[in-house]
Amino acid sequence: MIELSAPQGARLEGPAKLATRTTPLRSVVLAALAEVSDPEIPGVSIVELGLVHRVDVGPGRIRVELLPTFVGCPALDVMRDAVGERLAEICPGADAEVRFTFDVPWTSDRITPEGREGLRERGFAPPVGDASAGALPVLPIAQCPYCGSRRAALENAFGPTPCRAIYYCADCRQPFEQFKSI
Amino acid sequence: MTDVAARRPTRASVTPDVPALDSASSALPEDLRAAVAELLLTLADDEFVQGFLDSEWTGIAPMLEEDVAFSSLAQDEIGHARAFYALRSALTGEDPDELAFGRQAEEYRHCRLLDHPRTDWAFSVARRYLYDTADHVRLGALAQASWAPLGQLVAKVRREETYHLMHLDAWLRRLAQGGHEPRRRLEAALEQLWADALSPFASPAAEATLLEHGILAAPMAALAERHWEQLHAVMAPLGIAMPSTPPDPSVGRSRDAVAAGFAWLWGEFTSVRGSEPGATW
Repeated sequence: MIELSAPQGARLEGPAKLATRTTPLRSVVLAALAEVSDPEIPGVSIVELGLVHRVDVGPGRIRVELLPTFVGCPALDVMRDAVGERLAEICPGADAEVRFTFDVPWTSDRITPEGREGLRERGFAPPVGDASAGALPVLPIAQCPYCGSRRAALENAFGPTPCRAIYYCADCRQPFEQFKSI
Repeated sequence: MTDVAARRPTRASVTPDVPALDSASSALPEDLRAAVAELLLTLADDEFVQGFLDSEWTGIAPMLEEDVAFSSLAQDEIGHARAFYALRSALTGEDPDELAFGRQAEEYRHCRLLDHPRTDWAFSVARRYLYDTADHVRLGALAQASWAPLGQLVAKVRREETYHLMHLDAWLRRLAQGGHEPRRRLEAALEQLWADALSPFASPAAEATLLEHGILAAPMAALAERHWEQLHAVMAPLGIAMPSTPPDPSVGRSRDAVAAGFAWLWGEFTSVRGSEPGATW
Protein backbone atom coordinates (compact mmCIF):
# COMPACT_ATOMS: atom_id res chain seq x y z
CA MET A 1 0.00 0.00 0.00
CA ILE A 2 1.39 3.40 -0.83
CA GLU A 3 1.36 6.24 1.62
CA LEU A 4 -1.99 7.89 1.50
CA SER A 5 -1.37 11.56 1.88
CA ALA A 6 1.40 13.94 1.05
CA PRO A 7 3.45 15.13 4.03
CA GLN A 8 2.96 18.67 5.25
CA GLY A 9 4.75 21.21 3.13
CA ALA A 10 4.46 19.18 -0.02
CA ARG A 11 1.52 21.12 -1.35
CA LEU A 12 1.81 22.46 -4.84
CA GLU A 13 3.29 25.90 -4.91
CA GLY A 14 1.86 26.77 -8.28
CA PRO A 15 2.21 25.33 -11.75
CA ALA A 16 4.66 28.00 -12.86
CA LYS A 17 7.30 26.87 -10.41
CA LEU A 18 6.69 23.18 -10.92
CA ALA A 19 6.69 23.52 -14.67
CA THR A 20 10.41 24.07 -14.58
CA ARG A 21 11.10 20.80 -12.87
CA THR A 22 11.90 17.56 -14.61
CA THR A 23 11.97 15.48 -11.44
CA PRO A 24 9.08 16.14 -9.06
CA LEU A 25 8.99 15.24 -5.41
CA ARG A 26 7.38 11.89 -4.80
CA SER A 27 5.04 13.56 -2.35
CA VAL A 28 3.93 15.99 -5.06
CA VAL A 29 3.12 13.07 -7.34
CA LEU A 30 1.11 11.38 -4.60
CA ALA A 31 -0.78 14.58 -3.87
CA ALA A 32 -1.56 14.93 -7.58
CA LEU A 33 -2.83 11.34 -7.79
CA ALA A 34 -5.10 12.03 -4.82
CA GLU A 35 -6.82 14.65 -6.99
CA VAL A 36 -7.74 12.16 -9.75
CA SER A 37 -11.26 10.79 -9.31
CA ASP A 38 -12.59 7.45 -10.37
CA PRO A 39 -14.50 8.43 -13.54
CA GLU A 40 -17.46 6.27 -12.50
CA ILE A 41 -17.58 7.60 -8.93
CA PRO A 42 -16.75 11.31 -9.14
CA GLY A 43 -15.37 12.70 -5.91
CA VAL A 44 -13.70 9.51 -4.71
CA SER A 45 -10.06 9.46 -5.68
CA ILE A 46 -8.06 6.61 -7.15
CA VAL A 47 -5.83 6.78 -4.06
CA GLU A 48 -8.82 6.39 -1.73
CA LEU A 49 -10.00 3.43 -3.77
CA GLY A 50 -6.58 1.80 -3.42
CA LEU A 51 -5.93 1.72 -7.15
CA VAL A 52 -2.39 3.12 -6.89
CA HIS A 53 0.00 0.21 -6.53
CA ARG A 54 3.42 1.76 -7.04
CA VAL A 55 4.86 5.21 -7.61
CA ASP A 56 8.42 5.42 -8.81
CA VAL A 57 10.08 8.80 -9.30
CA GLY A 58 13.54 9.02 -10.82
CA PRO A 59 15.60 11.63 -12.62
CA GLY A 60 13.36 13.09 -15.30
CA ARG A 61 10.79 10.31 -15.06
CA ILE A 62 7.66 9.26 -13.21
CA ARG A 63 6.24 5.76 -13.30
CA VAL A 64 2.84 5.03 -11.82
CA GLU A 65 1.34 1.55 -11.60
CA LEU A 66 -2.39 1.17 -11.12
CA LEU A 67 -4.46 -1.90 -10.24
CA PRO A 68 -7.70 -2.48 -12.20
CA THR A 69 -10.74 -3.04 -9.96
CA PHE A 70 -12.15 -5.33 -12.64
CA VAL A 71 -10.17 -6.79 -15.56
CA GLY A 72 -12.75 -5.53 -18.04
CA CYS A 73 -13.43 -2.18 -16.40
CA PRO A 74 -14.23 0.18 -19.29
CA ALA A 75 -12.96 3.15 -17.29
CA LEU A 76 -9.34 1.98 -17.32
CA ASP A 77 -8.33 4.00 -20.36
CA VAL A 78 -10.05 7.11 -19.01
CA MET A 79 -8.25 6.72 -15.67
CA ARG A 80 -4.90 6.17 -17.29
CA ASP A 81 -5.35 9.25 -19.43
CA ALA A 82 -6.49 11.32 -16.45
CA VAL A 83 -3.43 10.30 -14.44
CA GLY A 84 -1.16 10.96 -17.42
CA GLU A 85 -2.61 14.44 -17.83
CA ARG A 86 -2.28 15.25 -14.15
CA LEU A 87 1.37 14.17 -14.21
CA ALA A 88 1.98 16.28 -17.30
CA GLU A 89 0.52 19.26 -15.46
CA ILE A 90 2.69 18.96 -12.36
CA CYS A 91 5.80 18.08 -14.29
CA PRO A 92 5.63 18.74 -18.03
CA GLY A 93 9.30 17.94 -18.56
CA ALA A 94 9.26 14.46 -17.08
CA ASP A 95 8.85 11.24 -19.00
CA ALA A 96 5.66 9.94 -17.41
CA GLU A 97 4.54 6.34 -17.70
CA VAL A 98 1.18 5.12 -16.43
CA ARG A 99 0.37 1.44 -16.62
CA PHE A 100 -1.99 -1.13 -15.20
CA THR A 101 -0.65 -4.25 -13.57
CA PHE A 102 -2.01 -7.47 -12.09
CA ASP A 103 1.07 -7.89 -9.85
CA VAL A 104 -1.33 -8.16 -6.95
CA PRO A 105 -5.09 -8.46 -7.35
CA TRP A 106 -6.98 -5.32 -6.46
CA THR A 107 -9.39 -6.23 -3.67
CA SER A 108 -12.10 -4.13 -2.08
CA ASP A 109 -10.07 -4.24 1.17
CA ARG A 110 -7.75 -1.70 -0.46
CA ILE A 111 -10.39 1.01 -0.20
CA THR A 112 -9.26 3.36 2.57
CA PRO A 113 -11.50 4.50 5.46
CA GLU A 114 -11.75 7.88 3.69
CA GLY A 115 -12.72 6.10 0.47
CA ARG A 116 -15.43 4.10 2.25
CA GLU A 117 -16.81 7.29 3.76
CA GLY A 118 -16.64 9.01 0.38
CA LEU A 119 -18.61 6.17 -1.22
CA ARG A 120 -21.27 6.38 1.51
CA GLU A 121 -21.60 10.14 1.10
CA ARG A 122 -22.28 9.64 -2.59
CA GLY A 123 -24.96 7.03 -2.04
CA PHE A 124 -22.84 3.89 -2.52
CA ALA A 125 -22.72 1.30 0.25
CA PRO A 126 -19.12 0.31 0.85
CA PRO A 127 -18.19 -3.38 0.43
CA VAL A 128 -18.63 -5.73 3.38
CA GLY A 129 -16.48 -8.60 4.56
CA ASP A 130 -12.80 -9.34 4.35
CA ALA A 131 -12.05 -9.76 0.66
CA SER A 132 -8.41 -10.66 1.21
CA ALA A 133 -9.32 -13.78 3.18
CA GLY A 134 -9.14 -17.02 1.15
CA ALA A 135 -12.66 -17.45 -0.19
CA LEU A 136 -14.33 -14.37 -1.57
CA PRO A 137 -17.15 -13.24 0.70
CA VAL A 138 -20.06 -13.00 -1.67
CA LEU A 139 -22.58 -11.99 0.95
CA PRO A 140 -25.94 -10.54 0.03
CA ILE A 141 -25.72 -7.94 2.78
CA ALA A 142 -25.22 -4.20 2.71
CA GLN A 143 -25.91 -1.23 4.91
CA CYS A 144 -28.16 1.40 3.38
CA PRO A 145 -26.03 4.50 2.70
CA TYR A 146 -29.07 6.74 3.20
CA CYS A 147 -30.65 5.60 6.47
CA GLY A 148 -28.07 3.18 7.86
CA SER A 149 -30.51 0.25 7.94
CA ARG A 150 -29.14 -3.23 7.55
CA ARG A 151 -32.50 -4.48 6.29
CA ALA A 152 -31.45 -4.27 2.68
CA ALA A 153 -32.14 -6.95 0.08
CA LEU A 154 -29.87 -7.80 -2.84
CA GLU A 155 -31.82 -7.04 -6.00
CA ASN A 156 -29.08 -7.83 -8.49
CA ALA A 157 -25.43 -8.80 -8.03
CA PHE A 158 -24.83 -7.05 -11.35
CA GLY A 159 -25.33 -3.31 -11.52
CA PRO A 160 -24.61 -0.44 -13.88
CA THR A 161 -20.85 -1.06 -13.71
CA PRO A 162 -18.98 -4.34 -13.13
CA CYS A 163 -17.98 -3.23 -9.62
CA ARG A 164 -21.44 -2.38 -8.32
CA ALA A 165 -24.45 -4.42 -7.11
CA ILE A 166 -28.04 -3.20 -6.63
CA TYR A 167 -29.88 -3.37 -3.30
CA TYR A 168 -33.24 -2.21 -1.96
CA CYS A 169 -33.64 -0.80 1.54
CA ALA A 170 -36.70 -2.22 3.34
CA ASP A 171 -36.75 0.69 5.79
CA CYS A 172 -36.33 3.88 3.76
CA ARG A 173 -37.57 2.14 0.57
CA GLN A 174 -34.69 3.45 -1.44
CA PRO A 175 -32.80 1.44 -4.04
CA PHE A 176 -29.05 1.87 -3.75
CA GLU A 177 -25.81 0.50 -5.11
CA GLN A 178 -23.03 -1.26 -3.27
CA PHE A 179 -19.40 -1.37 -4.28
CA LYS A 180 -18.93 -5.14 -4.48
CA SER A 181 -16.68 -7.12 -2.21
CA ILE A 182 -14.09 -8.56 -4.51
CA MET B 1 -12.95 16.36 -13.22
CA THR B 2 -12.44 18.56 -16.23
CA ASP B 3 -13.10 17.34 -19.72
CA VAL B 4 -10.76 14.43 -20.29
CA ALA B 5 -10.92 14.52 -24.05
CA ALA B 6 -9.83 18.15 -24.13
CA ARG B 7 -6.74 17.41 -22.04
CA ARG B 8 -5.74 14.15 -23.67
CA PRO B 9 -1.96 13.75 -23.51
CA THR B 10 0.14 12.46 -26.34
CA ARG B 11 -0.36 8.70 -26.39
CA ALA B 12 3.34 8.18 -26.89
CA SER B 13 3.93 8.88 -23.22
CA VAL B 14 1.31 6.44 -22.05
CA THR B 15 1.48 2.66 -22.31
CA PRO B 16 -1.17 1.82 -24.89
CA ASP B 17 -2.76 -1.31 -23.53
CA VAL B 18 -3.28 -3.58 -20.54
CA PRO B 19 -1.64 -5.60 -19.25
CA ALA B 20 1.94 -4.47 -19.64
CA LEU B 21 4.71 -6.94 -18.93
CA ASP B 22 8.04 -6.35 -17.30
CA SER B 23 10.69 -7.79 -19.56
CA ALA B 24 12.09 -9.73 -16.59
CA SER B 25 8.82 -11.31 -15.56
CA SER B 26 7.84 -12.18 -19.10
CA ALA B 27 10.92 -14.29 -19.74
CA LEU B 28 9.83 -17.76 -20.79
CA PRO B 29 11.95 -20.61 -22.13
CA GLU B 30 11.56 -20.87 -25.87
CA ASP B 31 9.80 -24.26 -25.90
CA LEU B 32 7.29 -23.06 -23.34
CA ARG B 33 6.47 -19.83 -25.12
CA ALA B 34 4.49 -21.48 -27.93
CA ALA B 35 2.71 -23.81 -25.49
CA VAL B 36 1.59 -20.92 -23.28
CA ALA B 37 0.57 -18.87 -26.32
CA GLU B 38 -1.66 -21.71 -27.50
CA LEU B 39 -3.19 -22.11 -24.04
CA LEU B 40 -3.87 -18.37 -23.86
CA LEU B 41 -5.67 -18.45 -27.20
CA THR B 42 -8.06 -21.14 -25.94
CA LEU B 43 -8.73 -19.23 -22.70
CA ALA B 44 -9.26 -15.98 -24.60
CA ASP B 45 -11.50 -17.49 -27.28
CA ASP B 46 -13.67 -19.24 -24.68
CA GLU B 47 -14.23 -16.03 -22.73
CA PHE B 48 -14.70 -13.99 -25.89
CA VAL B 49 -17.34 -16.28 -27.38
CA GLN B 50 -19.16 -16.74 -24.05
CA GLY B 51 -19.15 -12.96 -23.65
CA PHE B 52 -20.73 -12.41 -27.05
CA LEU B 53 -23.31 -15.13 -26.37
CA ASP B 54 -24.20 -13.30 -23.14
CA SER B 55 -24.49 -9.99 -24.95
CA GLU B 56 -27.12 -11.53 -27.22
CA TRP B 57 -29.53 -11.16 -24.28
CA THR B 58 -29.00 -7.42 -23.94
CA GLY B 59 -32.42 -5.87 -24.42
CA ILE B 60 -34.38 -9.12 -24.66
CA ALA B 61 -33.71 -11.02 -21.41
CA PRO B 62 -36.83 -12.31 -19.66
CA MET B 63 -36.58 -9.62 -16.98
CA LEU B 64 -34.83 -6.31 -16.57
CA GLU B 65 -32.49 -7.61 -13.84
CA GLU B 66 -31.21 -10.29 -16.21
CA ASP B 67 -30.83 -7.80 -19.00
CA VAL B 68 -28.43 -5.93 -16.72
CA ALA B 69 -26.83 -9.09 -15.33
CA PHE B 70 -26.10 -10.72 -18.68
CA SER B 71 -24.80 -7.45 -20.10
CA SER B 72 -22.48 -7.22 -17.11
CA LEU B 73 -21.41 -10.85 -17.48
CA ALA B 74 -20.66 -10.12 -21.14
CA GLN B 75 -18.56 -7.12 -20.17
CA ASP B 76 -16.59 -9.21 -17.65
CA GLU B 77 -15.93 -12.05 -20.09
CA ILE B 78 -14.89 -9.83 -22.97
CA GLY B 79 -12.64 -7.96 -20.53
CA HIS B 80 -11.04 -11.26 -19.55
CA ALA B 81 -10.66 -12.18 -23.20
CA ARG B 82 -9.01 -8.85 -23.89
CA ALA B 83 -6.47 -9.47 -21.12
CA PHE B 84 -5.75 -13.04 -22.31
CA TYR B 85 -5.36 -11.88 -25.92
CA ALA B 86 -3.03 -9.09 -24.75
CA LEU B 87 -0.95 -11.57 -22.77
CA ARG B 88 -0.65 -13.81 -25.81
CA SER B 89 0.30 -10.80 -27.89
CA ALA B 90 3.11 -10.03 -25.47
CA LEU B 91 4.54 -13.46 -26.36
CA THR B 92 3.83 -13.54 -30.09
CA GLY B 93 3.81 -9.90 -31.16
CA GLU B 94 0.33 -10.26 -32.68
CA ASP B 95 -2.23 -7.46 -32.59
CA PRO B 96 -4.88 -8.31 -29.94
CA ASP B 97 -7.67 -6.69 -31.98
CA GLU B 98 -6.67 -8.73 -35.00
CA LEU B 99 -6.80 -11.89 -32.88
CA ALA B 100 -10.22 -11.01 -31.52
CA PHE B 101 -11.90 -9.77 -34.69
CA GLY B 102 -9.61 -10.46 -37.63
CA ARG B 103 -9.67 -14.25 -37.89
CA GLN B 104 -11.83 -16.45 -40.03
CA ALA B 105 -14.54 -18.37 -38.16
CA GLU B 106 -12.67 -21.69 -38.48
CA GLU B 107 -9.59 -20.24 -36.76
CA TYR B 108 -11.27 -19.72 -33.37
CA ARG B 109 -10.34 -22.22 -30.68
CA HIS B 110 -13.29 -21.93 -28.29
CA CYS B 111 -14.64 -25.18 -26.85
CA ARG B 112 -17.55 -27.01 -28.47
CA LEU B 113 -19.87 -26.18 -25.62
CA LEU B 114 -19.88 -22.63 -26.99
CA ASP B 115 -20.71 -23.70 -30.56
CA HIS B 116 -24.44 -23.92 -29.80
CA PRO B 117 -26.61 -20.90 -30.60
CA ARG B 118 -28.24 -18.84 -27.85
CA THR B 119 -31.57 -20.72 -28.09
CA ASP B 120 -33.92 -20.03 -25.14
CA TRP B 121 -33.28 -18.72 -21.62
CA ALA B 122 -33.09 -22.18 -20.05
CA PHE B 123 -30.53 -23.21 -22.67
CA SER B 124 -28.42 -20.12 -21.99
CA VAL B 125 -28.57 -20.76 -18.24
CA ALA B 126 -27.71 -24.46 -18.66
CA ARG B 127 -24.80 -23.77 -21.00
CA ARG B 128 -23.46 -20.94 -18.91
CA TYR B 129 -23.68 -23.04 -15.75
CA LEU B 130 -21.69 -25.82 -17.43
CA TYR B 131 -19.16 -23.33 -18.77
CA ASP B 132 -18.72 -21.38 -15.53
CA THR B 133 -18.26 -24.45 -13.38
CA ALA B 134 -15.77 -25.96 -15.84
CA ASP B 135 -13.93 -22.67 -16.15
CA HIS B 136 -13.69 -22.45 -12.36
CA VAL B 137 -11.96 -25.84 -12.22
CA ARG B 138 -9.66 -24.95 -15.10
CA LEU B 139 -8.68 -21.56 -13.67
CA GLY B 140 -8.00 -23.25 -10.33
CA ALA B 141 -5.33 -25.34 -12.08
CA LEU B 142 -3.73 -22.20 -13.57
CA ALA B 143 -3.81 -19.89 -10.54
CA GLN B 144 -0.39 -21.06 -9.35
CA ALA B 145 1.16 -20.98 -12.82
CA SER B 146 4.93 -20.69 -12.68
CA TRP B 147 4.77 -17.82 -15.17
CA ALA B 148 3.73 -14.93 -12.95
CA PRO B 149 1.84 -12.81 -15.51
CA LEU B 150 -0.55 -15.71 -16.18
CA GLY B 151 -0.97 -16.72 -12.54
CA GLN B 152 -1.62 -13.12 -11.49
CA LEU B 153 -4.20 -12.53 -14.20
CA VAL B 154 -5.97 -15.80 -13.43
CA ALA B 155 -6.05 -14.95 -9.72
CA LYS B 156 -7.82 -11.70 -10.53
CA VAL B 157 -10.21 -13.28 -13.03
CA ARG B 158 -11.21 -16.00 -10.53
CA ARG B 159 -12.42 -13.41 -8.04
CA GLU B 160 -14.77 -11.97 -10.63
CA GLU B 161 -15.97 -15.38 -11.74
CA THR B 162 -17.13 -16.06 -8.18
CA TYR B 163 -20.06 -13.75 -8.89
CA HIS B 164 -20.84 -15.53 -12.15
CA LEU B 165 -20.89 -18.90 -10.40
CA MET B 166 -23.19 -17.60 -7.70
CA HIS B 167 -25.59 -16.14 -10.24
CA LEU B 168 -25.77 -19.18 -12.49
CA ASP B 169 -26.08 -21.57 -9.56
CA ALA B 170 -29.12 -19.61 -8.39
CA TRP B 171 -30.66 -19.71 -11.88
CA LEU B 172 -30.00 -23.43 -12.35
CA ARG B 173 -31.87 -24.15 -9.10
CA ARG B 174 -34.65 -21.71 -9.94
CA LEU B 175 -35.35 -23.44 -13.26
CA ALA B 176 -34.91 -26.95 -11.83
CA GLN B 177 -37.40 -26.25 -9.05
CA GLY B 178 -39.60 -23.84 -10.96
CA GLY B 179 -42.36 -26.20 -11.99
CA HIS B 180 -43.29 -27.91 -15.21
CA GLU B 181 -42.25 -25.61 -18.04
CA PRO B 182 -38.93 -24.26 -16.68
CA ARG B 183 -37.94 -27.76 -15.59
CA ARG B 184 -38.82 -29.25 -18.95
CA ARG B 185 -36.84 -26.62 -20.82
CA LEU B 186 -33.82 -26.99 -18.52
CA GLU B 187 -33.77 -30.76 -18.94
CA ALA B 188 -34.11 -30.46 -22.71
CA ALA B 189 -31.20 -28.01 -22.79
CA LEU B 190 -28.96 -30.20 -20.65
CA GLU B 191 -29.86 -33.19 -22.78
CA GLN B 192 -28.42 -31.36 -25.79
CA LEU B 193 -25.39 -30.07 -23.90
CA TRP B 194 -24.08 -33.07 -21.95
CA ALA B 195 -22.08 -34.30 -24.93
CA ASP B 196 -20.05 -31.08 -24.87
CA ALA B 197 -20.00 -30.51 -21.10
CA LEU B 198 -16.35 -31.52 -20.75
CA SER B 199 -15.15 -29.86 -23.96
CA PRO B 200 -13.54 -26.93 -22.05
CA PHE B 201 -10.98 -29.55 -20.92
CA ALA B 202 -9.82 -30.50 -24.40
CA SER B 203 -6.10 -31.10 -23.92
CA PRO B 204 -3.80 -28.52 -25.50
CA ALA B 205 -1.34 -30.03 -27.96
CA ALA B 206 1.59 -29.13 -25.72
CA GLU B 207 -0.04 -30.22 -22.45
CA ALA B 208 3.01 -32.21 -21.35
CA THR B 209 5.16 -29.09 -21.64
CA LEU B 210 2.66 -27.03 -19.65
CA LEU B 211 2.57 -29.67 -16.89
CA GLU B 212 6.33 -30.13 -16.82
CA HIS B 213 6.96 -26.39 -16.39
CA GLY B 214 4.32 -25.84 -13.74
CA ILE B 215 1.95 -23.77 -15.85
CA LEU B 216 -0.90 -26.25 -15.54
CA ALA B 217 -1.23 -27.96 -12.14
CA ALA B 218 -3.00 -31.12 -13.37
CA PRO B 219 -3.77 -32.83 -16.69
CA MET B 220 -6.96 -31.63 -18.37
CA ALA B 221 -8.33 -35.21 -18.25
CA ALA B 222 -8.03 -35.19 -14.45
CA LEU B 223 -9.71 -31.78 -14.26
CA ALA B 224 -12.54 -33.06 -16.45
CA GLU B 225 -13.02 -36.03 -14.13
CA ARG B 226 -13.15 -33.76 -11.09
CA HIS B 227 -15.64 -31.49 -12.83
CA TRP B 228 -17.91 -34.38 -13.77
CA GLU B 229 -17.99 -35.54 -10.14
CA GLN B 230 -18.86 -32.04 -8.97
CA LEU B 231 -21.68 -31.84 -11.52
CA HIS B 232 -23.05 -35.11 -10.15
CA ALA B 233 -23.03 -33.65 -6.65
CA VAL B 234 -25.19 -30.74 -7.85
CA MET B 235 -27.51 -32.54 -10.29
CA ALA B 236 -28.34 -35.62 -8.21
CA PRO B 237 -30.11 -33.72 -5.38
CA LEU B 238 -32.04 -31.79 -8.04
CA GLY B 239 -33.14 -35.08 -9.58
CA ILE B 240 -31.52 -34.25 -12.91
CA ALA B 241 -30.19 -37.30 -14.72
CA MET B 242 -26.72 -37.24 -16.22
CA PRO B 243 -25.31 -39.65 -18.82
CA SER B 244 -23.94 -42.76 -17.12
CA THR B 245 -20.58 -42.35 -18.80
CA PRO B 246 -18.89 -38.96 -19.07
CA PRO B 247 -18.39 -37.56 -22.57
CA ASP B 248 -14.92 -37.74 -24.06
CA PRO B 249 -13.08 -34.51 -23.19
CA SER B 250 -10.29 -35.25 -25.63
CA VAL B 251 -12.40 -34.03 -28.54
CA GLY B 252 -10.37 -31.15 -29.84
CA ARG B 253 -10.94 -27.46 -30.38
CA SER B 254 -10.34 -27.49 -34.12
CA ARG B 255 -13.25 -28.47 -36.35
CA ASP B 256 -13.72 -29.84 -39.83
CA ALA B 257 -16.60 -27.44 -40.36
CA VAL B 258 -17.68 -24.31 -38.51
CA ALA B 259 -20.79 -24.95 -36.40
CA ALA B 260 -23.86 -23.11 -37.64
CA GLY B 261 -24.44 -21.42 -34.28
CA PHE B 262 -20.92 -20.03 -34.14
CA ALA B 263 -20.89 -19.07 -37.83
CA TRP B 264 -23.86 -16.79 -37.15
CA LEU B 265 -22.32 -15.30 -33.98
CA TRP B 266 -18.99 -14.72 -35.76
CA GLY B 267 -20.81 -12.84 -38.50
CA GLU B 268 -22.42 -10.65 -35.86
CA PHE B 269 -19.35 -9.77 -33.83
CA THR B 270 -17.17 -9.09 -36.86
CA SER B 271 -19.79 -7.08 -38.73
CA VAL B 272 -18.91 -3.63 -37.40
CA ARG B 273 -15.22 -4.07 -38.01
CA GLY B 274 -15.91 -5.62 -41.39
CA SER B 275 -18.02 -2.65 -42.43
CA GLU B 276 -14.97 -0.36 -42.55
CA PRO B 277 -11.73 -2.37 -42.57
CA GLY B 278 -8.81 -0.54 -41.02
CA ALA B 279 -10.93 2.10 -39.31
CA THR B 280 -9.89 3.25 -35.84
CA TRP B 281 -12.10 4.76 -33.16
